[in-house]
Amino acid sequence: MRDVAIIGVKNTSFGEQWDRSFRDVVVEAGVGAVGDAGVVGEKIDSMFVGNMSGGQFVEQEHIGALIADYSGLSKDIHVPSTRVEAACASGGLALRQGIYAVASGMDDIVIAAGAEKMTDVPSPKASSALAAAADREWEGIMGATFPGLYAMIARLHMHKYGTTSEQLAEVAVKNHHNGQHNPIAQYKSQITVESVLKSIMVADPLHIFDCSPITDGASAVVLAPADVAHEYTDTPIYVKATAQASDTIALHDRRDITTLDASVAAGKRAYEMAKMKPKDIDLVEVHDCFTIAEICAIEDLGFAKKGEGGIVTQNGETEIGARIPVNTSGGLKSCGHPVGATGVKQAVEIVEQLRGEAGKRQVDGAEVGMTHNVGGSGATAVVHIFSRDR
Amino acid sequence: MIIMSVPRFWRKQIARYNLVGTHCKKCDEYFYPPRNMCPGCRREGEIEDFKFSGNGEVVTFTVIHTAAEGFEGQTPYVLGIIKLEEGPSLTSQIICDAKNVEIGMKVRPVFRKLGQAGERGMIYYGTKFVPEESEKC
Repeated sequence: MRDVAIIGVKNTSFGEQWDRSFRDVVVEAGVGAVGDAGVVGEKIDSMFVGNMSGGQFVEQEHIGALIADYSGLSKDIHVPSTRVEAACASGGLALRQGIYAVASGMDDIVIAAGAEKMTDVPSPKASSALAAAADREWEGIMGATFPGLYAMIARLHMHKYGTTSEQLAEVAVKNHHNGQHNPIAQYKSQITVESVLKSIMVADPLHIFDCSPITDGASAVVLAPADVAHEYTDTPIYVKATAQASDTIALHDRRDITTLDASVAAGKRAYEMAKMKPKDIDLVEVHDCFTIAEICAIEDLGFAKKGEGGIVTQNGETEIGARIPVNTSGGLKSCGHPVGATGVKQAVEIVEQLRGEAGKRQVDGAEVGMTHNVGGSGATAVVHIFSRDR
Repeated sequence: MIIMSVPRFWRKQIARYNLVGTHCKKCDEYFYPPRNMCPGCRREGEIEDFKFSGNGEVVTFTVIHTAAEGFEGQTPYVLGIIKLEEGPSLTSQIICDAKNVEIGMKVRPVFRKLGQAGERGMIYYGTKFVPEESEKC
């Protein structure tokens, strides 16, 4: 198996982009990443695109071909393009498929992208589309919503470990703080614990400010064999681990409602592949679709003991400059959550950090970063570890 | 609103109405929602239908204020994970004043309307839960 490097990255701006279509945002991300890598279309061997639900959000399937076409990669050169879907983990999984393609030796230059255009439908329709990531037959039919499922995780976490609404709110406050320095972030406004607790209740105990928003956006990276990466860039970022795990589709079937066993398993596989431990990670982008999800993630990935995610957050240990900076991009909460793009956006953030290009949100001396992307309430987890050193 | 297409709902009607799940005779594991493949012994499993008593307790719950599509008229409603006495857990609504619901509370099943496909459309029924001590309702 060959070592793989990221040689180019691009995020579009994230937010409500009324004036731009699905294909507009994807092409911007893809062209930007290819430009950053300095490769030409003829060099591209394949592309993988994470997209959760073009069918429901823009009534468009056959996303792979569409994107290849509008990126100018279909005419004459006929670059193969594959759509990858794992709900909100679609982006992370597209990246993983791209890494497979390069690592296997089948392809050399590969684009891994992710995209979602969520604001072309009314928000109840968007929520309904997202609910399809849970078990429609046995959760959705009873009136379950995504905030509702994560609220049930939060409720039990509070009951078992004494986690508080204030601790949940601290996740949102920190992520908005980080997001203000991210040019692509959907929300650069600052919030306080009080404003989170005063915001309307969506699914008790989760307020609207505990929830990530509905977002349009796309992200892309260009992958290459590590042996040739220096031909394209002075600062290739190496893929040290790619890992994925599955768990039950329904929350009610989990071994422990407050642990995402898929995150634990994917994290363990990633640490083994990279021959690293949590203490070796300088920063991590975790899947904070809801504030409770970040608390579970830092526990499940070994950055906090089980049950102490809330306290660790409240103590400031996950801020930039502290023990383990979490979600320097602003996370899904502040940066936004175009579901198919998020997993790739996380990788773009880590690459920018490891290159030292993250501006005011830069983690000093960052050498190793991790991404953690979750599908549904935890039925899929994808974890990657990236490093400046091969 | 459409919760689910008629044939899709109808296929699992007995399971939804009467809490009929499955049981693996080999592993002695119970499944609700029903599974036809035992995750314990997979192809070796011997699966049979099993009707659950419906007695259980609340593992966790939430009060939903922003409803799922089709449930807008029901807010706020209590959604919970119920652990049945035979072992498996399921997601359902708990019909109870939200302030009286607590983790560990004993519940029993009731046959209730889940929703309706438009004014003249099909009515969906299923199993919801109420506190065992009915004064908590």
